[in-house]
Amino acid sequence: MDLRSFRNPKLVRQVVKDLSEYRNEVKIMEVCGTHTMAIGKWGIRKLIPENIKLISGPGCPVCVTPSSVIDELINLEGVTIASFGDLLRLPGSIGNLEQARAKGLDVHTIYSPLEALELSKQKETLFVGIGFETTIPGIAYTISEAHRLKLTDFSVLSLGKLIAPALDALLSDKQIEIDGFILPGHVSVITGTDAYSFMPEKYRVGGVVTGFEPLDIVVGIQKLLGQMTRPQIINEYSRAVTKKGNQNAQAMIERIFEVSNAFWRGLGKIPSSGLIIRDEYSQFDASKKYGLMVESPEVSLAACQSAPASVSNVSANCRCGDILKGKIIPIECALFNSECTPDNPLGPCMVSSEGSCAAYYLYERGYQ
Amino acid sequence: MKEDIITLGHGSGAGLTHELIADVFHKEFNLPSLDDSARISNRMVVSTDSFVVKPLFFAGGCIGTLSVNGTINDVSMSGSKPLYLLASFIIEEGFSIKDLKKIVQSMQQSAEESQVRIIAGDTKVVKRGECDGIYITTTGIGILPEDVNLSATNIQIGDEILVNGTLGDHSAAIINARQKLMLDPMPASDCAPLYGIVQFLLRTGKLKFARDATRGGIATILNEIYRETKLGIIIEEDLVPIKNTTKVLCDLLGLDVLYLANEGKLISFVSAMTQEMIGELKKQKYAEGAAVIGKVTDEVDGVYLRNSIGSLRPLRMLASDPLPRIC
Ligand code: SF4
Repeated sequence: MDLRSFRNPKLVRQVVKDLSEYRNEVKIMEVCGTHTMAIGKWGIRKLIPENIKLISGPGCPVCVTPSSVIDELINLEGVTIASFGDLLRLPGSIGNLEQARAKGLDVHTIYSPLEALELSKQKETLFVGIGFETTIPGIAYTISEAHRLKLTDFSVLSLGKLIAPALDALLSDKQIEIDGFILPGHVSVITGTDAYSFMPEKYRVGGVVTGFEPLDIVVGIQKLLGQMTRPQIINEYSRAVTKKGNQNAQAMIERIFEVSNAFWRGLGKIPSSGLIIRDEYSQFDASKKYGLMVESPEVSLAACQSAPASVSNVSANCRCGDILKGKIIPIECALFNSECTPDNPLGPCMVSSEGSCAAYYLYERGYQ
Repeated sequence: MKEDIITLGHGSGAGLTHELIADVFHKEFNLPSLDDSARISNRMVVSTDSFVVKPLFFAGGCIGTLSVNGTINDVSMSGSKPLYLLASFIIEEGFSIKDLKKIVQSMQQSAEESQVRIIAGDTKVVKRGECDGIYITTTGIGILPEDVNLSATNIQIGDEILVNGTLGDHSAAIINARQKLMLDPMPASDCAPLYGIVQFLLRTGKLKFARDATRGGIATILNEIYRETKLGIIIEEDLVPIKNTTKVLCDLLGLDVLYLANEGKLISFVSAMTQEMIGELKKQKYAEGAAVIGKVTDEVDGVYLRNSIGSLRPLRMLASDPLPRIC
């Protein structure tokens, strides 16, 4: 497929022109960090009329990872940590993984879980398995490979999270007013659009599943505005997404993981929103193998408060929680671009390349 | 400085590196500029660079070709003719002599291509595990012609920004080799000497400033230039030459080609080159894909990219580059 047609300036401008006929104030949440970055990169916030407000949601895996995870990893001894690069600068209460690596912790940056598997053939390796439905099938496959190969020095810290339950939790919060959702195309390739059918049914709010090219996004917004009176889930990404999703991938996830409650940084505990490794594969479960306490936010909070200010990188004034819920936008955080920058991130939303604060820092303010 | 120990980010060539050089080296050494090359007399230029690339051998080159061409290019950017190189090696115990020979032969070949002589060097061996295979440092010496004065201060509103071919090829080759991505066609490094292209541009009389766009890519250099000149820059995304496989790689891994490393690309500021001149430039070796990709303008204050759908977005200096040991 030629992606250039999805970047055709004439088509994009035509849709944007049509959008300006819509007069009501609307708040649309783009759930996923990939959309947040695409919207910033293509300058879409500035392109569309002001009455259509795009706010960023919780869909950034690094941003919702509890800082206690980092603390636990830093304190590990004698095991190699394999992690996606984004996680390296996530502040824990006693520094981040990049600093820990400089002090001697064996941390490898990888792009795919299979690399961690390879690494484990040389040394005992723990893979930090963060991600949503897009990444989880790959992690599940890696665990099944480790099982097939009878590897003993490989384990996964399962931090996989599910998008739909998080949306359910968001929508059940009465304080949050969102008129519609831009739903992530890549996640939906796996889940299918049916995963979101509870939104119009239970909350009378609609959503549009769409891709990451500029035309995908503006057409998605247009379709969303068209259904406001009769909320529904629209599939604007039918070139890749079906109703039922990728059932092979779902079966792979199902085989390795079971659904559990999970802690989302900023959002708290969300029922049935996480994945833990099934007992049959427990030899690959790093939380069991090393006795890691990763789901308890209280641990890190206590550690954070007792640590001297110079040691703790996590700022008590960081408002990522409110940002993930769409209550404020990053520039409304007092620390944004004053004390908190990508050079010196004070909260998870500034660390991840898909975090809202990082996106705003990069794209949504002038050059200076 | 916010951090009390060196992290990989300090070596990335991006924001943290600048901070480190300014706070530590610049202060103590009392350097006139933050450059990696300097004039030691009216007409003599020296430049030095270390190479720690991983893997040592990759499509399109190896640590040897990089270490020679990299320093030749640093010297060439001032308009100087590179003449001599010094090369120092730190080698890990257990390193294969066959591989060492291969590296040294490729260094000699690269030097011959540019008519540069490697005249001295040093070798140290460290215990197994104390370095990773081999690290090479080269120092280049060149002579600057009398009438040449390339400098960022020459740049003016209206100047055009020109590159000599597809961007990001070196990073693409290294990432492909490290991640075993099996991209087809396999990306190869663009490692090449740029002396000839600078000389061609000098002969047109239009060249004001040139820089080899290595670590941090053209975006980092443009930001450095903006800091120095305070002149606005707009790059047109649709004009940026990029190979299809590099594009696929960028989409796959969420990378931006403007920040990827090149080892045979320069970014130059020129005043109104004619179509004939650009046509002639494209006939030069290593400049077949040359293209004007943007301009210096007072439309903006800062460095901006005009993307395919026509909106402008700022192109900032990154804090650090996620990919260590690229060169
Ligand atoms: S700007 Fe920094 S401190 Fe403020 S919410 Fe974002 S990450 Fe947290």
